[in-house]
Amino acid sequence: MSWQPGAGLEQLRARAGLLATLRRFFDERGVLEVETPLLCSAGITDPAIEPLIVAGGQSVAGQPRYLQTSPEYAMKRLLAAGSGPIYQIARAFRDGEAGSRHNPEFSLLEWYRPGFDHHALMAEVADLVCACLGPRDWKALSYRQLFLDSIGIDPFLQPVEELESRARARHDLGNLSGDRDLWLDLLLTHEVEPWLAGQGLCFVYDYPASQAALSKIVSVDGFAVGQRFELYIDGVELANGYHELTDAGEQRARFVADNERRLALGQEPRPIDELLLEALEVGMPECSGVALGVDRLLMLATGERDIRRVLAFDWSRS
Amino acid sequence: MIGAHFFSNSHTVMANYSTNEFRSGLKVMLDGDPCSILENEFVKPGKGQAFNRVRLRNLNTGRVWERTFKSGESLEGADVMDRTMEYLYNDGEFYHFMEPDTYEQHQADAKAVGEAHLWLKEQDECVVTLYNGTPLSVTPPNFVELEIVETDPGLKGDTAQGGSKPATLTTGAVVKVPLFITTGEVVRVDTRTGEYQNRVSK
Repeated sequence: MSWQPGAGLEQLRARAGLLATLRRFFDERGVLEVETPLLCSAGITDPAIEPLIVAGGQSVAGQPRYLQTSPEYAMKRLLAAGSGPIYQIARAFRDGEAGSRHNPEFSLLEWYRPGFDHHALMAEVADLVCACLGPRDWKALSYRQLFLDSIGIDPFLQPVEELESRARARHDLGNLSGDRDLWLDLLLTHEVEPWLAGQGLCFVYDYPASQAALSKIVSVDGFAVGQRFELYIDGVELANGYHELTDAGEQRARFVADNERRLALGQEPRPIDELLLEALEVGMPECSGVALGVDRLLMLATGERDIRRVLAFDWSRS
Repeated sequence: MIGAHFFSNSHTVMANYSTNEFRSGLKVMLDGDPCSILENEFVKPGKGQAFNRVRLRNLNTGRVWERTFKSGESLEGADVMDRTMEYLYNDGEFYHFMEPDTYEQHQADAKAVGEAHLWLKEQDECVVTLYNGTPLSVTPPNFVELEIVETDPGLKGDTAQGGSKPATLTTGAVVKVPLFITTGEVVRVDTRTGEYQNRVSK
């Protein structure tokens, strides 16, 4: 293992400049910077995200603490306490995610806008990206339109067998198996994202309800969709946002459903964040929120194609 | 739980490797064949299922292709080892190699030796890849020195100009050499490209 950094001085300076730009952007718009704990008593239930867990030490006292996979739950408790619009630049941790665009420890910019729906927040995300990377055009496609335009498949109507056979016709997938969402995720990562590489700054919104995560579910053209969006720049996934679910009962039901899926997949269920549910019970303002990968934004700003070139010390050096 | 765990097969104890342990050069069993991992790309939609797109070389057939796995899946390690051995001789059917420290001998068939037969000189050291203890492939040294058994007569004084001609080596390999090289001379050849490097003796 080398003691030396993986990023050059130029990249370190670009990071410092980017952080200054982000803070100026929010300061000018009256959004308050906050900090919340990295080690919390509850983690995330999402079966596709694994936290790193701190299990030892006197302060932990037999109750493991979860390194936060995003500062979302704590920030929502601040919103319920009347914080108004807030942002945070925080480290987040996700186990097992390492590659040219992933590091298990990374920097997230997360912000919340009371009174915004997801379309209003998409416009603000575009403003922020232009403030960091220079002015550019942007567009927004629904998830359904994205699949139709890129690969001619209707993600809501196509039978699951046809999603699978389409994927198998072009890729060696061995004995890969899974539900409808798995085949949609496979087509998205293997077929649609390469198409997005030629689309510049492109938002994708209104995901299948099964992929709503923590967004409101509504009916659009007769399909149940989650009011969630993702931002892609030249095919690089940069941000994920929601028109936020505010209903405590529905939120609990989704946590429970996540844990049932975890069990079905042979994973340990995770403790549910009761503090977040209490806050939602009291009332969180209607709002939209988004999390944006700062390291990937820095990759785009510096033209680096590997995240390890913009981190002072990536996972293998830390 | 992700991580290596161990079990035994008839030959030796092999680990299981999870997708996040896949590194270039790792040898794994896939569909019954030993394979070498060349590249491993982690891809994940913003939320949802993560995948690993893995480029592999099938060590039996040489085929290189890409297979997608769900992240966190694992494969059995392959009992594949690279050993440096001395090439002894060819008995007409098998090529014989010897491990220099134990003097243990191994015989490799023509399929395992493949194109390497063009560069095998007795007493040279090669890398023999063993699969379950049996030679699977042979990699010659990057550079070998071999004598020319046949080439057109040399052109005197033509040492600086370009231009080349074919020359047949003792192993049967044909390489392009400069015009001034003559039969009986020993030349140094890069076995990875098959290209002439320089003249070794006059």
